[in-house]
Amino acid sequence: MRKQQGQTSTASLVKMLVCVVIGMFFFGFALVPLYDLFCEVTGLNGKTNEQAYIPAEQLVDTSREVTVQFVATNNESMPWMFKPEVFKLKVHPGQEIRTTFYAKNPRSMAMVGQAIPSVSPGKAAAYFHKTECFCFNSQPLMAGEEVDMPVSFIVDRDLPASVHTITLSYTLFDITDSKQGRAAVSELASL
Amino acid sequence: MGDHGPAKGFGRWLYTTNHKDIGSMYLWFSFAMFLLGGVFALVIRAELFQPGLQLVEPEFFNQMTTMHGLIMVFGAVMPAFVGLANWLIPMMIGAPDMALPRMNNWSFWILPFAFAMLTSTLFMEGGGPNFGWTFYAPLSTTYAPPSVTYFIFAVHIMGASSIMGSINIIATILNMRAPGMTLMKMPLFVWTWLITAYLLIAVMPVLAGCVTMMLMDIHFGTSFFNAAGGGDPVLFQHVFWFFGHPEVYIMILPAFGVASAIIPTFARKPLFGYASMVYATASIAFLSFIVWAHHMFTVGMPIAGELFFMYATMLIAVPTGVKVFNWVTTMFRGSMTFETPMLFAIAFVILFTIGGFSGLMLAIAPADFQYHDTYFVVAHFHYVLVPGAIFSIFAAVYYWLPKWSGKMYDERLGKAHFWLSFVGLNVTFFPMHFVGLAGMPRRIPDYALQFADFNMIASCGAFLFGFSQVFFLYIVIKTIRSGKKATDEVWENPEGLEWTIPSPAPYHTFTTPPAIK
Repeated sequence: MRKQQGQTSTASLVKMLVCVVIGMFFFGFALVPLYDLFCEVTGLNGKTNEQAYIPAEQLVDTSREVTVQFVATNNESMPWMFKPEVFKLKVHPGQEIRTTFYAKNPRSMAMVGQAIPSVSPGKAAAYFHKTECFCFNSQPLMAGEEVDMPVSFIVDRDLPASVHTITLSYTLFDITDSKQGRAAVSELASL
Repeated sequence: MGDHGPAKGFGRWLYTTNHKDIGSMYLWFSFAMFLLGGVFALVIRAELFQPGLQLVEPEFFNQMTTMHGLIMVFGAVMPAFVGLANWLIPMMIGAPDMALPRMNNWSFWILPFAFAMLTSTLFMEGGGPNFGWTFYAPLSTTYAPPSVTYFIFAVHIMGASSIMGSINIIATILNMRAPGMTLMKMPLFVWTWLITAYLLIAVMPVLAGCVTMMLMDIHFGTSFFNAAGGGDPVLFQHVFWFFGHPEVYIMILPAFGVASAIIPTFARKPLFGYASMVYATASIAFLSFIVWAHHMFTVGMPIAGELFFMYATMLIAVPTGVKVFNWVTTMFRGSMTFETPMLFAIAFVILFTIGGFSGLMLAIAPADFQYHDTYFVVAHFHYVLVPGAIFSIFAAVYYWLPKWSGKMYDERLGKAHFWLSFVGLNVTFFPMHFVGLAGMPRRIPDYALQFADFNMIASCGAFLFGFSQVFFLYIVIKTIRSGKKATDEVWENPEGLEWTIPSPAPYHTFTTPPAIK
């Protein structure tokens, strides 16, 4: 091996390059939490809190009214009937509001649904606190069973003044065939 | 050592650690893949010759578009450049061989297995990959055919091969240069490959991570890209294009190096702006890491994101423009002759620039909403890859084949190959701009009637281009078997250490380092 002065040996150079390769492999995986963090900080993607929000003592701002719209969508072949109880509500920031979504499993077998929420506009997502939501858990339904699923939320008083309307949208996925879904179905059957 | 020849029989190729043998194997392998990917392309063009469904089922058509892309990117262009690197880098820097010859053998020999595995999926139940070469989730996870697992492992192996090849190239360039060959004296082909190799070790592991996440989603119940489980399909696109955009420069930077070697020889002037070429290459490599989301302007990014990726993308036109102007200035008032390598190199400069301009059009975020996923995109990336990467490989083969084989190719046939390819290429891809702007979507087996004429023209061009490459195979074989003997210098005063050794290049070269002026 030809070696010039002040030059690292081939062995240590290769070690360094292999470290870069391993580092970049894990960087690829690190992109996953980084992406979530980025979305959370910037409020992109309309992601809302995934655990129940514990409300602090918050005064109701009765001087202001915000319209909250509710949207229910079925993902591709999900056969359930899925719709909000009301399509829109006028709320005061700081006020805790409760509403429900209706779901019915029309099939002749037990199924499991999972609702994924999204808030639009994205910048309102950080100010939309859910204190209770059916989306925190999956929803198993027996054949032909129907349910009213509750959601409670508080619109933060610090909501930017430019936001007058917030849309809370749920997409309902069929997760019957997933590991989690199968567990929920067998639990339902054992009741 | 000097007159130690190659072993006899097939064992020579299986066990070889010689950079010239391995370079040749890479080049032959990539040519085989080029023909295979070309056959897939012709299936696509035959189906699109007329509107309506004539020849293949839509499911099979989707497998063809996917496999054409995968084979051409990972099987034809990348191995061809690694083959050129193997042959040329040691000869250009005055090294006796690559730094890690055994790993070199390994990085080549895993490739045939990867592509055998990938191609075998076409014969499996459910067919091969049908989700496009960009394999967006959930199309490639939830809705993929069962053969997707073979596809994932094939990508892992290709990635491992590229990474090993890159580590080898970096180690060779940094540690094996002849005394006096400083970094800023290296030929540009060596420089561009050094930078490409760094790009490869930075992004191939990310691709490996990306397909590993797919594998886990499919088989181990994770939800990286599955919205129902809290994942995000858009995340897939970010991870993929974080690899994918540097990948397009991986396929074009070595081509810049080839053009920078050939143009000065036939313009009989030294390359204009050597140092600026090096810095431009490095800037392009850096910028390639921060522009990936311009492939996904329509996923619903905030305006700030659209603007950032739009301006960053347009910025790439600056170093690329520096390169194009340097090549043009090199030719300006030169004593130019137009041998086959030069013809390919000039066509490269002109047509690559056209591809660059359509890229600028696509970079305009608001306009991209119109162009996205249309044939305009297909026209754009074929204009940068075919006359960019592929033409530069043709140019390189014509330019260095006399050195490799010791025989001169037939100039008349070479020029015929050039003109057939040039006409075929433009007839194929130029009309795609028009149908794309008029709204024809990509990756569809059938299309609306108003696109019929241009598609028929494109299909005719594709068959012309395809068959010209069989002609190229004939020219190369004819040269090796019965070409006229080439001189040691081959061309008129070419620059570079590779021209100081005899033609054909002996099995072992520079066992004692050459003196560098």
